[in-house]
Amino acid sequence: MSKKKFKFDFWSGVTLAIMAVFIIFLIYPLLSLVVQAFKDPGSESFTLANFSKFFSKKYYYTTMINSFKVTICVTVLAILIGAPLAYIMKTMKIRGKAVLEILIMISMLSPPFIGAYSWVLLSGRNGVLTRFLTNVLGIQNPPSIYGFGGILLVFTLKLFPFIYLYVGGALKKVDVALGEAAESLGCSGIKKVFTLILPLVLPSLLAGGLLVFMNSLADFGTPMLIGEGFRTMPVIIYDEYISEMGGQANFASALSTMMIIFTAGLFLIQKYIVNKKSFTMSSMRPIEAKKVKGMKNILAHLFVYFVVFLAIIPQITVMFTSFLKTKGTQFVGGSAFSSATYSFDSYKKIFEKMKTPIINTFTFGLIAIIIIIIIGMLGAYVTVRKKNIFTNILDTVTMFPYIIPGSVLGITLLVTFSKGSLPLGGTAIIIIVAFVIRRLPYTLRSSAAILYQLSPSVEEASISLGASPVKTFFKVTTRMMLPGVFAGAIMSWITVITELSSSIMLYVTKTQTLSVAIFTEVLRASYGTAAALSTILTLTTVISLLIFFKFSGSKEVSM
Amino acid sequence: MSVQIHVENVIKKYGDNVIIPNLSVDIENGELFTLLGPSGCGKTTLLRMIAGFNSIEGGQIKFNNDVINDLPAHKRNIGMVFQSYAIFPHLTVRQNVEYGMKMRKVKKTIMKKKVDDILHVVRIDTYQNRLPERLSGGQQQRVALARAIVIEPTVLLMDEPLSNLDAKLRIEMRSAIKDIQKKVGITTVYVTHDQEEALAISDRIAVMKDGVIQQVGKPFEIYLRPKNIFVASFIGHSNVFKATIEVLDKKVYVKFENGFKVEMTNLVDTVVNGQEVKVSVRPEEFTIGENGFKGTITSSTFLGKYVNYTVNFNQNIIEELEGNIEFTQDLNTFSKIFEVGGSIGLELNLNKINVYTADGQTSLIKGVN
Ligand SMILES: Nc1ncnc2c1ncn2[C@@H]1O[C@H](COP(=O)(O)OP(=O)(O)O)[C@@H](O)[C@H]1O
Ligand SMILES: [Mg+2]
Repeated sequence: MSKKKFKFDFWSGVTLAIMAVFIIFLIYPLLSLVVQAFKDPGSESFTLANFSKFFSKKYYYTTMINSFKVTICVTVLAILIGAPLAYIMKTMKIRGKAVLEILIMISMLSPPFIGAYSWVLLSGRNGVLTRFLTNVLGIQNPPSIYGFGGILLVFTLKLFPFIYLYVGGALKKVDVALGEAAESLGCSGIKKVFTLILPLVLPSLLAGGLLVFMNSLADFGTPMLIGEGFRTMPVIIYDEYISEMGGQANFASALSTMMIIFTAGLFLIQKYIVNKKSFTMSSMRPIEAKKVKGMKNILAHLFVYFVVFLAIIPQITVMFTSFLKTKGTQFVGGSAFSSATYSFDSYKKIFEKMKTPIINTFTFGLIAIIIIIIIGMLGAYVTVRKKNIFTNILDTVTMFPYIIPGSVLGITLLVTFSKGSLPLGGTAIIIIVAFVIRRLPYTLRSSAAILYQLSPSVEEASISLGASPVKTFFKVTTRMMLPGVFAGAIMSWITVITELSSSIMLYVTKTQTLSVAIFTEVLRASYGTAAALSTILTLTTVISLLIFFKFSGSKEVSM
Repeated sequence: MSVQIHVENVIKKYGDNVIIPNLSVDIENGELFTLLGPSGCGKTTLLRMIAGFNSIEGGQIKFNNDVINDLPAHKRNIGMVFQSYAIFPHLTVRQNVEYGMKMRKVKKTIMKKKVDDILHVVRIDTYQNRLPERLSGGQQQRVALARAIVIEPTVLLMDEPLSNLDAKLRIEMRSAIKDIQKKVGITTVYVTHDQEEALAISDRIAVMKDGVIQQVGKPFEIYLRPKNIFVASFIGHSNVFKATIEVLDKKVYVKFENGFKVEMTNLVDTVVNGQEVKVSVRPEEFTIGENGFKGTITSSTFLGKYVNYTVNFNQNIIEELEGNIEFTQDLNTFSKIFEVGGSIGLELNLNKINVYTADGQTSLIKGVN
C-alpha cells in the first residue's frame, strides 16, 4: 500500500502495544539508569565522578579485571571442552549417547547457582571431598573451591553445553561429501579437522562463545556464593546497590552502564564477524557417527563420560543432600555423606515454612509464560509478516534483553519503579515484568523462525475463503505456529523458574521465588532446605525438558 | 452468481519499479481465461490484484459494474487455488472444505449437502477424514479446488495450480479442472507459464510480456495467427526467416534471402514493394519439396507420431544464429525417415505461415491486427 496513507488496524495496534510495554519497562528504565550514572548523588548535577570513582580505586577496578579474567578463561575452557565433545559425539558411536545428551541439556538448563552451591557441599570448607582429602589422605590445604579457580570450574561445567549445542548443530549441517572431498585431496585426520571442519563450524563456535561470554560475565549467583575475596562486577554492582539503598543508586548505575556497554559492544562485534563470515550450509548426507575401534574408542568414551559426569555432579549432590537428616541448619553426623542418616526432614521443613516461594515460582512463572506466549506470537507475526520501520525497531528492541545482565535489568526496574507515578517496587508485578522482558526473546525467536517457514499462501487461502486477516491469524496462523511457539515457550519457562539475577534485586519477603529462597538459604548455610528446594526446582526443569523433547520430537534445544 | 471481470487501465508498482504499466482486459462471464507468459512477466501480480492481496496503484478492477479496488480480499467472495495448494495442515480434508462455509455461517444441513456434493465431484470423498499430510499432490490439489469452489465464489482464481505435479498427473488434473469449471460455470482466471497447458485448458488466453498483454484470443487464434513474433515464438516453436516484399502485377510476393519466392494472398494492403519483413514458420508448416530451401539434416528426434529434425542452411536467411531450423514431419502423411547428414528440400504451407513487419511487432496477415 505504498501510496495509501498509514492505516491504523489491528496489527498496528499490536505493534504499538508491544512497543509500549518495552518502552515503559525497558527503554525508559535503561535511559534513566544511564542518566543516574552521570548524576552526582548529592547535588543531582551531571558529573563523571561515578566513573572516575570506579577507575581510581583499586577495590573497584579490580572487579572489572577479575570479570574479564574469569570470562575469557571460561570461554576458552568451554570451547576446549565443548567443541571436541561435539565432534566426538557427532562423528563417533558413543554408548548411551541419547542419555548423555539429555544429561548435558539438564546441566545446561538447571539453575546456575546450584552448581556453585553443590561444589561448596563437596569441596567447600566442610565439604565431603575436602574432609576426605585432609582426614583420610592427609593432604593439607586441598584445592579450594573458593575464589578464581572455583568460579572457573563452576562456570565452565555449566556453560560448555552452549558450545556443545552450537557446534553440534553446525556439524550436523556439514555434508560428508565435504570431508570425502578433503580426503581425496590428501587431507585427513587432525589436519582435516583444522583446515575443513573448524572453519565450517566457526560462525557457530563464535555464536556459542558469545553466549558463554555473556552468561559468565553477567552471572551473579556463583561469584557471590564462592567468590569470597575474588569479586566480579555483578557482585560489586549488587553490593553497591544494597549499600546505596534509598538513594538514587548513582554509582551502581554507572557500573551497570559500563556492563551494558561491554555486552552491547561484544554483541555487535560478534554480529559483524558472523555476518562477514557467514555462509549457508545444507547437507544432503549429514555426518554419521561411525564406530571407532581400539584406544581411540576408549579415550573418546573416557573423555565424554568424564565431562558429562562432572557436569551432572551438582544435580546428583543436591538431590542426595536433600534427603540427609538435619538438625537446625546442620546435617546430623557433622557433615554430609559420611555416616549420614536419611530423612525427609528438609522437605517437611520447606513445606511447613517455605511454601510461599514454591507457590510464587509457579504462579509468577505461569503468568509470565502466558504473557510471553501472547506477546511472542503477536510480536513474531508483526515482525515477520508486517515488515515496516516500526516492526523492525520492535524486532531489535525485543532482542535487547539478550545483552542486558539480569542484575542490571533488576536494578534499572527498581530504580525506575520504586517510587514515582508507577510504584511497583516490592510487588509481584515487577518480578513478572522482569521475567517477561528477560525471557521473551526465546519464544519470540522460535515463533518467528517457524513463521518464516510457513508459506503465507495458507493464510491467504483462509482470507480468500472469507476469514478476515485477524480471524485468519487466530484460526489458522496460530495453529500452525504452535510447535515453534511451544519449543520457545519451554525454554522461556525453564529460564523463568530458574531466574535469579534479576529477581534477587526485586524480591521482598512475600514475593520470594524458589531461586531466591535457595540462594538466601545457602547464604544462611541452611544447606538441607536449600537442597530440598533445589531438588524441586531441578525436577521441574527436568520434567519441563522431557515434555519439550516429547512434543518437539527432537533431542535438542536452541537457545 | 458468476460475473464479468473488467480490468481497466490498471497500474502496479513496487516502489519505483513498474511491474504493470497500463493493463486492460475484459473477462467474460463463465469463461476460463488464462494469463500466459514467461516467468516474471507479472501474471501472479495481476491475479493477486484481482484477489485483493496486492494493492492497485492506478486504474480499476470491476466485478460486473462494481469497482472492487478498495474491497478487502476476504469480502470479495473469490475462490483461490494456490501453486502450493495451501491446504490447512491442522484440518482434515472435510474440515478444509467446510472452512469457507463456516466463515459464511451456512446452516449445518445445507453445508453438509454441499460439501458432500463437491467432495464427490472432485472425487476425494473417500479421503475426507484424513489429514492433508497423508495425501498425494494430486489429491491435495483436488482438496484445494473443492475448498475454493464450494463457497460458490463469484470468480475462481488459480495460480499455476499444476506446476508442482508430475507430467502425467498434470494432464489428468487439467481436464479435471476444465470439466469441473464448466460444470460449475464460474468465471475463472488461470495463470500458467506452460503454453501447452494454456492451449489445452483455456477458453481464451492473454499472452503477457513485461506486464503488457500482447494478444488476447482463443487458443487456436493465438496459435495459428500470433499478433507478433514474441507470441509466435512463445506459443509453440517458430522459425523466423528474413524476407522482402515484392509487388509484381498487383500480386504480392514474399522473397527470401536465398531467392526463393512465394505468392501471398492474405497480406494487408499496406505492404509496399521492397519492404523488409519477417516470416514465421512453425515446424509443421513445412512441406517436403525441391523448390524451397535446401539444407542438411543435423539431428533428428523420433517422437512416434512425428519426427523432429533440425536442418542447417548455409545461407544467412533466418534469424537464429546458427542457421538451424526445426521441421516436424508427420508420419501419417509421409513415411520416409531422413538420415542425419542427408540433404532435404523444404517448401511452405502458405495458408499457415505468418508475416510480420521487420521489427516483429505487427502481423501483416489480413484480419489479425
Ligand atoms: N512483493 C514484491 N516486491 C517487489 N517486486 C515484486 C514483488 N512481487 C513481485 N515482484 C516483481 O514483479 C515482477 C512480476 O512478478 P510475478 O507477478 O510474480 O511474475 P509471474 O507470476 O508472471 O512469474 C517480477 O519482476 C517480480 O520480481
Ligand atoms: Mg507467478
